[in-house]
Amino acid sequence: MSDLDLGPVWLTLRLATVTVALLLLVGTPLAWWLAHTRTRMKPLIEALTALPLVLPPTVLGFYLLVLFAPNAPLGDAWLDLTGETLTFSFSGLVIASMIYSLPFVVQPLQGAFEAVGRGPLEAAAVLGARPLDAFLTVASPLALRGYLTAAVLGFAHTLGEFGVVLMVGGNIPGRTRVISIAIYEQVETLNFAQAHLLAGGFLAFSFAVLVLVYGLNRRYPVHTA
Amino acid sequence: MKLECMIEVRHPGFTLRLNETIECTGITAVMGASGSGKSTLLRALAGLETGARGRITLDDEILLDSASGRCLPPHRRGIGYVFQDARLFPHRSVHGNLHYAFARARPGAEAPGFDEVITALDLLPLLDRRTAGLSGGERQRVAIARALLAHPRLLLMDEPLAALDRKRKVELLPYIRQLPAHFRIPILYVSHAVEEVAQLAGDVLILANGSVVARGAVQTVLEQPEAEAVSGPFEGGVVFDARVAAQVPEYVLTEVEVAGQRLSLPQIAVPVGTPVRLRVRARDVAIALAPVVGTSIRNQLAARVLRLDTDPAGAYAEVLLGLVGAQPGCDPHLRARITRESLATLDLALGQPVWALIKGVSFDAAP
Repeated sequence: MSDLDLGPVWLTLRLATVTVALLLLVGTPLAWWLAHTRTRMKPLIEALTALPLVLPPTVLGFYLLVLFAPNAPLGDAWLDLTGETLTFSFSGLVIASMIYSLPFVVQPLQGAFEAVGRGPLEAAAVLGARPLDAFLTVASPLALRGYLTAAVLGFAHTLGEFGVVLMVGGNIPGRTRVISIAIYEQVETLNFAQAHLLAGGFLAFSFAVLVLVYGLNRRYPVHTA
Repeated sequence: MKLECMIEVRHPGFTLRLNETIECTGITAVMGASGSGKSTLLRALAGLETGARGRITLDDEILLDSASGRCLPPHRRGIGYVFQDARLFPHRSVHGNLHYAFARARPGAEAPGFDEVITALDLLPLLDRRTAGLSGGERQRVAIARALLAHPRLLLMDEPLAALDRKRKVELLPYIRQLPAHFRIPILYVSHAVEEVAQLAGDVLILANGSVVARGAVQTVLEQPEAEAVSGPFEGGVVFDARVAAQVPEYVLTEVEVAGQRLSLPQIAVPVGTPVRLRVRARDVAIALAPVVGTSIRNQLAARVLRLDTDPAGAYAEVLLGLVGAQPGCDPHLRARITRESLATLDLALGQPVWALIKGVSFDAAP
């Protein structure tokens, strides 16, 4: 029995961390907009945001592969900019994961912002707080649990990604071979001992993260206005 | 402080349309039934109604001018707002809430300091508390202090007492009454409760269906039928100012003088000579043709019939009485609600001298 290759584990953690960090940056304004907009376009944007929930990963992966191809405008621009292709690269995986996990970050945030409502923001405004100030000092702390849920769900969902990675990333050690792909390969090659280690570790880790989240939720109850 | 306001706010099924110049001194009340547009008006003044069109100026500073596309956002208007539901920040302590406002206060040398506001509203014992544990009255005191600490030049109060029980209301009223003088700030006070308005306000505007239907001094406006339309048929009455004439410690009573006549009421703990504001509801006034003996009603004032309002379809009639000894035109009136049958039996006529029997006087405040 060969030593356990931890490469896929670190790669997966890196991918999930980078993806969630970027998604929180992009998802916050989107969720904020969805929570407060009165435009008629809202259902359309909400549907688009939720699409990755219902699409088979292979369908999403297929379209992303087409978009990322060096002869497509996006893939071509990326190649010019960075000198590497989006397909079969870590950057490509990050973009794909962001789209794949988008609803898991945006929906909890949107729900949290909607629960906070306009009331506390109006109260902050009449006390002299600018909109960004009110967002940072009132809306965000009140939506803290939404952020926590968004981060954990986004992270966990990215960890478990398989189909999309396989479609746009393939199975390149150190670049695109994430845990789920590694497990698949170990099972294919009948290397059950390695598969057990990876799968068991994954199970334990996921469980620990969820216990941590529910524990934190208990300790920091939601503030209601 | 002059507030000029020519605005229109459209909501589905409701439009607020208003063209008024309000000289804001002391407390100006905005009365109206629910849905009359009171809160919408306050929200428009504060800049919270994004759909407001028209023009609002405060002491010649333009807050809103749709014609030129100018609209100051709420955080730059310098207008304080006390919400009906207080809207304290639940993630901050009482002190944190107050400091939030103070840290963002408009600069101004005359503005009250942190300690001054906290003392005025008795908040020292509450400073370290979480907002979740506060009673309704405490929440509103914190909300008022928080609004003052942002150093607004005008304070808007949107039914701050509506969510409180009677006891808390009575506790909170004196705090509100002293604000304009203590902090040199005018207040626009929205309410549908006659007793609050009678106790607090100098001038009153009455709104109905999105427009102003009556306005003027509180004593005058509360006598008008528009006020009764807000307060309901059994709350109508009059408000007048009187002077404490004597204390009767033996019976825990206070005698006040109005138009040369005396009224006694449950003790008011103020020195003789202090002006007080009283309110008498029309349904608490009965009419007799001669002084009545052998009754528990002590307050009997000589009066004259000034006006008779009868509703041919209803059971009641209303009699406007002028007090004998009152100077014509300016001194207090009484309103009596009696049945039409009584009116016919007594055969009342204009100018006729009668006795007004007053079953209840509510003392409101030192104006």
